[in-house]
Amino acid sequence: MFNAYYLQVLVVVGINTILALGLNLITGITGQLSLGHAAFMSIGAYTSAILSLKYQLPFAVVLLSGAFMAAFFGIILGFPTLRLSGDYLAITTLGFAEITKVVLLNMESAGKALGLAGIPQKANVYNVYVLVIVVVFALIRLINSRVGRAFQAIREDEIAAEATGIPITRYKIMAFAIGSFLAGLGGGLYAHYLTYINPTDFGFLKSIEILNMVVLGGMGSIPGSVLGALILTVVPEMLRFVQDYRMLFYGVVLIFLMIFRPNGLLGGVSLTKMLSTRKRRNLETNN
Amino acid sequence: MALLEAKKLTMTFGGLMAVDSVSFNIEQGEILGLIGPNGAGKTTCFNLLTGIYQPTSGEILFKGENLRGYKTYEVTKKGIARTFQNIRLFGAMTVLENVLIGQHCRTKTGLFGAITRLGSVKKEEENAREKAEELLKFVGLLEKKNEKAKNLPYGEQRRLEIARALATDPELLLLDEPAAGMNPQETNDLIDLIKQIRQMGKTILLIEHDMKLVMGICDRIVVLDYGKKIADGTPKEIRENSRVIKAYLGDPD
Repeated sequence: MFNAYYLQVLVVVGINTILALGLNLITGITGQLSLGHAAFMSIGAYTSAILSLKYQLPFAVVLLSGAFMAAFFGIILGFPTLRLSGDYLAITTLGFAEITKVVLLNMESAGKALGLAGIPQKANVYNVYVLVIVVVFALIRLINSRVGRAFQAIREDEIAAEATGIPITRYKIMAFAIGSFLAGLGGGLYAHYLTYINPTDFGFLKSIEILNMVVLGGMGSIPGSVLGALILTVVPEMLRFVQDYRMLFYGVVLIFLMIFRPNGLLGGVSLTKMLSTRKRRNLETNN
Repeated sequence: MALLEAKKLTMTFGGLMAVDSVSFNIEQGEILGLIGPNGAGKTTCFNLLTGIYQPTSGEILFKGENLRGYKTYEVTKKGIARTFQNIRLFGAMTVLENVLIGQHCRTKTGLFGAITRLGSVKKEEENAREKAEELLKFVGLLEKKNEKAKNLPYGEQRRLEIARALATDPELLLLDEPAAGMNPQETNDLIDLIKQIRQMGKTILLIEHDMKLVMGICDRIVVLDYGKKIADGTPKEIRENSRVIKAYLGDPD
């Protein structure tokens, strides 16, 4: 049953889950719209791939370097833009993504338009899913903490958040850096699974695809992002015979979603709250 | 020394003098009322005191320290908390979470601690929850702690905002029209609540249009009109002040 094709889809689902979770932290939980998530993914992918190809460093080292490099660029970009409130971040990330693509297309060490080939295939279903579990676990803990509550407060009302004692710029940059870190991590896994990367893999449509996963699953919901990544990876695979109509499919799904579930499939659902209500219900039935 | 001294505060927006060299003191432990007709500059005063705006000129001394240049969250940490005229709660979050966020500046857990959840972090979280529940009990919302803030009725949202402000451990609490939109029963409950907050040792500055509330609980009242201070005194003095009567009711001529 587990032939190579299914296995590949499964791994891509895992990688997309990490990407979607990263964007969900920025957009769904902290409320900052980013339209350039794929750019941070490409920074992680290229950094880790170059380190692997040129210096043959261990997989864990290149993966972390890629993720930290993406986080570093996230901080650089977030520092001037996240001081402002509103939609500036969306425009800036959009521009940043295009710049990143053009730079990669012209960078000698990144293989220009040919991309990088022959990257060692180090990612597999095991290490990808171990990372998925670690990321899910860490994010759930993060959200239900002082730091995560500050993120959500910023999403709900920036003025009230600041008046309540939260340094909002610092927390916005922190959320953006963690989200970019996860994008870089996903990018590194992507490069070391498909063994070939090209700047056009990380274009605007990839950013939108990840955003779709977050919105479809439900903004701010961790299980939602996992489900969104699963559906938007598996269903297009099932629809391979109408590949040309894939974007049409996205459009139709999003329109129906906005009509029937404006908050996403699992909007407002959180794992810990689900568990605690079940516990409470069990207690009540026992009494 | 007064807890807070505003000295010749001036705030202009373009050509508009929203606040025009207003000076007043707030003494430790008192309830000071800030009243005036609509557009008199009351809320602008609040925004100046909490660092949302920086005054065009003049200074604010809190416990003798000049607040110029401090950001809003730093002012909160120094001990000035506020509520908003148009309620600003974290609507999609629970009542308890709203109060927990109020404790942000008095707790320390960082990114690493949040993920690893070591012993000290757990302890801090437990303490924060305990304190949040105490505050909710104080404002009478403990039974609703797991409800979303936006689902509370209006009067309870106002009380939750007060609980959230108290969670920051303020010395000075600024209430911007706390009784707006409340029915007489809710207003009476609010008066009791404000008196209890004073008994906790907090100093209170409140903007209010409900004269029953203002005259009933304020020790002293400052009156603004067109950005200028026109009177400052006890409720009795204010009630008899001819300039105040003129500002509210107009000139008899």
